[in-house]
Amino acid sequence: MQSLQKITSRFIPLRIENVDTDQIIPARFLKATTKEGFGKNLFRDWRYENDDESKPKTDFVLNQKQFSGEILVAAKNFGCGSSREHAAWSIQDYGFKVVVSSFFADIFKNNALNNGVLPVTVSDAFLQAIFAEGADATLSIDLEKQTITIDTTGASESFEINAYKKTCMLNGYDDIDYLLSMKEEIEQFELNHNK
Amino acid sequence: MGKTIFDKIWDKHVVKIIEGGPSVLYIDKHLIHEVTSPQAFTGIEKRGAPLFRPKQIVATADHNVPTMNQHLPIADQLSKFQVDTLIENCKKHGVELYGLGHPNQGIVHVIGPELGITQPGMTIVCGDSHTSTHGAFGSIAFGIGTSEVEMVFAAQCVMQTKPKVMRINIEGSLQNGVVSKDIILYIIAKISASGATGYFVEYAGSAIRALSMEARMTICNMSIEMGARGGMIAPDETTYAYMKGRPFAPQGENWNKKLIEWKELYTDADAKFDLEININAADIDPMITYGTNPGMGLSVQGKLPTMESFTDATEKQNFEKALAYMGLEAGQSLLGMPVQYVFIGSCTNSRIEDFRLVASIIKGKQKNASVKTLIVPGSQEVAKQIKAEGLDKIFTAAGIEIRQAGCSACLGMNEDKIPAGEYCISTSNRNFEGRQGAGARTLLASPLTAAAALLTGKITDIREILN
Repeated sequence: MQSLQKITSRFIPLRIENVDTDQIIPARFLKATTKEGFGKNLFRDWRYENDDESKPKTDFVLNQKQFSGEILVAAKNFGCGSSREHAAWSIQDYGFKVVVSSFFADIFKNNALNNGVLPVTVSDAFLQAIFAEGADATLSIDLEKQTITIDTTGASESFEINAYKKTCMLNGYDDIDYLLSMKEEIEQFELNHNK
Repeated sequence: MGKTIFDKIWDKHVVKIIEGGPSVLYIDKHLIHEVTSPQAFTGIEKRGAPLFRPKQIVATADHNVPTMNQHLPIADQLSKFQVDTLIENCKKHGVELYGLGHPNQGIVHVIGPELGITQPGMTIVCGDSHTSTHGAFGSIAFGIGTSEVEMVFAAQCVMQTKPKVMRINIEGSLQNGVVSKDIILYIIAKISASGATGYFVEYAGSAIRALSMEARMTICNMSIEMGARGGMIAPDETTYAYMKGRPFAPQGENWNKKLIEWKELYTDADAKFDLEININAADIDPMITYGTNPGMGLSVQGKLPTMESFTDATEKQNFEKALAYMGLEAGQSLLGMPVQYVFIGSCTNSRIEDFRLVASIIKGKQKNASVKTLIVPGSQEVAKQIKAEGLDKIFTAAGIEIRQAGCSACLGMNEDKIPAGEYCISTSNRNFEGRQGAGARTLLASPLTAAAALLTGKITDIREILN
């Protein structure tokens, strides 16, 4: 897993609530058996008319040239719906390292963290302050300090992340390595559990 | 202080609590399917680690399979490759697979309970958000991502932060024509598509106790649609009667031993919940959704919200977006609106009881000529039972074809899709944009409301047919 410590980047504002995983990556793209290449189908049906890459929908923010960056900012309840990790893979593959929202669905949040994409939960007011910024504004996120700052105004807020997941993100460790190192403890647990 | 049923089961499965982090939670049963497992198999192979407890895994092919001519090779090459990959992976790693053609094949959340694999007190995971279904048996069951599937492969554990607990009490009797699907659609409409995020939900109360296991599964199934990590119902005599004699349920002396353990699985009278919600069963009408998330639902007799009812600009914008997608207007009524499709199926409503309900409405009648149908049993076993009870004859006589088991038009991964712009009354769980096919307009409802639409071709209050 890729590590993440600090990032300063412009951002893409997605002013839509309840963005579900079917929008992030429609089910017809789940036939793949590898993790690669999902980025080109990220938000596929919001990006293109009739599934046609030569007809981008100009009103969708990913198609608006003035917006760019490695941070996606979305309205509340981002990532609701299915458990498909393909949603996190597509966001990462597209080039996002951070997703900011005022509220994340649980499974998506776990999936993002397991793929080196940092979900940053901010207050409603802070989210609105980000949305009020222009396309040239940048956000800075410092994972060690757990802060997010709107660089143009200096407005800053701290965000929550549990200490274990923070260490994983900072160092690029993943849970599977950790669990593999616990095998004996798990075997010991099973002796009692399976009685 | 007393414990909730959730706490009792959770605490028994914690291997270790990581300081400042999640718990390492032991998993009793791991269900896998073709769509969310291949990358986990590749991952574990790359690490050179074997599957830790392959005997605790059961696999089936359901999401990406055709629901016609399952005896023939799958025509879509990508789908075929994905299903073949599952067969290959299961063979290589010693995992029991109920693939296409196997009598145990079906939707993963239908076959688990049906085979007696799902049992009270267990922790159960699957790379599918509707794993919450199994909570109906008094188990902690929840959906996981593919990285977590790999974790269970590696160590039979997942890392989970303990969620908060919520109890939803539903007391009293349901109106005639109102079923468990209406209860859960009512709850989600009340608390929104994110109202239970961060929580595990226990459903309780006399209205829940009165439900069959199939009906309880429908409720627990849709817990995720209000953001909950899972939902559960304490086991009781209904649970044990359903389970007894099923192929993987404990037998003989072992059954009696387990029964004693299961009878301890209830919430203590003095246990505390982080949140409690009380609902009067009699207040619930047949429900239907109008929008693009399951929280956008109302009584079939109701009217859509008006523009003026929204104060928040983003919420108003989202409502407008949903209306535009659905081709509906603020403040309108849905009753009498024509629908072009009816889909009866999915892990929410594809069990034998659902087919009995539908058959009871359409018996001796003809399907409305304007309606196209996708009628899909949840498993081979359900399909067999439909025949054994002669329900298939009722459907055939009504001009309705029954397909073969799979997830089908619930998520539109295979060829079972609803065309753009057409309305579909669906017994499934999600009405997201494009869920049932690009541009498809999904109206979530109960099997009874779906059956009414089969006859009328319109959104109908089932109570008008019943009374």
